[in-house]
Amino acid sequence: MNRIRTSLLSLASVLLIAGATSALAASEADYKAALAAAEAANKQAAGVRNQWTTTAATINAAKKAAEAGDFDKAVASANEAEALAKASIFQATSEKKLWKDMEIR
Amino acid sequence: MRPAIRFASIGLALAALAYAAAPSATAADAVDPVADAKAFKKYFTDKFPKVKLEDFVNGPYSMDEGLHQQWQEKEQFPPYEFSLELGKEMFSKPFKNGKSYGDCFPNKGIGIRQNYPYFDEKEGKVITLELALNRCREANGEPPFSYVKDEMAALTAYMAFTSRGKPFDIKIPNDPRALAAYENGKEYFYTRRGQLNFSCATCHVQSPGERIRAEVLAPALGILNAMPIYRSEWSGMGTTSRRFTSCNSQIRGVPFSPQDDEYRNVEYYLSFVSNGLPISGPGARP
Repeated sequence: MNRIRTSLLSLASVLLIAGATSALAASEADYKAALAAAEAANKQAAGVRNQWTTTAATINAAKKAAEAGDFDKAVASANEAEALAKASIFQATSEKKLWKDMEIR
Repeated sequence: MRPAIRFASIGLALAALAYAAAPSATAADAVDPVADAKAFKKYFTDKFPKVKLEDFVNGPYSMDEGLHQQWQEKEQFPPYEFSLELGKEMFSKPFKNGKSYGDCFPNKGIGIRQNYPYFDEKEGKVITLELALNRCREANGEPPFSYVKDEMAALTAYMAFTSRGKPFDIKIPNDPRALAAYENGKEYFYTRRGQLNFSCATCHVQSPGERIRAEVLAPALGILNAMPIYRSEWSGMGTTSRRFTSCNSQIRGVPFSPQDDEYRNVEYYLSFVSNGLPISGPGARP
């Protein structure tokens, strides 16, 4: 009996989680916000003269997914693009000092 | 309260120490292009004791006996020959206004490749040969060429050919802006960029002679002496601008426009540290 109760509880939890996930599906507004953040970070990377080709490619992937109506994928790509842009800014900033470590003296 | 005061005192003491140390750090970082060039040559000659100094201009072909033989065979019927002939023809053909390239350069443009790039004190910037050629065209009412290949490669191939054997002779005038351009070029050369986190030095200082996929990496010393080059990988000629922009793309960095300050400055730096090595362009590379 206990076993059956535990199984029912587990099933209920799984259903609840599934329901919660579908309730969190990304909307067009989420995509637009994520894209704006990615593009702003990439613009900042251009300002420090260190854009990565992969940032632009991932922004394009986000736009394509949004055009196809897949906002989950679009948001994921936009978030990834923002992370890439931020990494390129970090690289440019840290290299301002670190390049000297490589110099032949 | 007491711990806070102690903490603040330690902070102040550290700041004072850092301030005291700062002037000596600045002195150590003083820009000394002559010392740089000496250290640069020593690094490569120590790393490759069997390679003669003047042979570094042959890039990957200087790194190994088998490759050197391949290069000698290639030089019998060099793949840059068509471009060289085109460049010679273009160079002597007058513009619509009757003037020609020769009118824009010292010594009519013959045997002067080794002096480029130079620092223009009027403009306060580095002037490369490619830039000077396009400025010459525009000053004579002609449209500029693409910086990366075709006509620009042909013209620079011919100008390099007339300078073959002449040692690079790049000058840094006594002008703080020239020294800054040189230092910015050096910074660019050693700065990691792109998603692959490579600097120019990652390949051409740390790893010359080693393979990156099917390619043998060229040493940075003398790397510009052979420009422009015919590359089998490109199935055609490419200029210094093409080399810089394609290197940036290969490491997943967005390249700048050809002849942006960064590229002009890094060309200035790399050419200066190769002073004394002969011009060997146009070259051929795998």
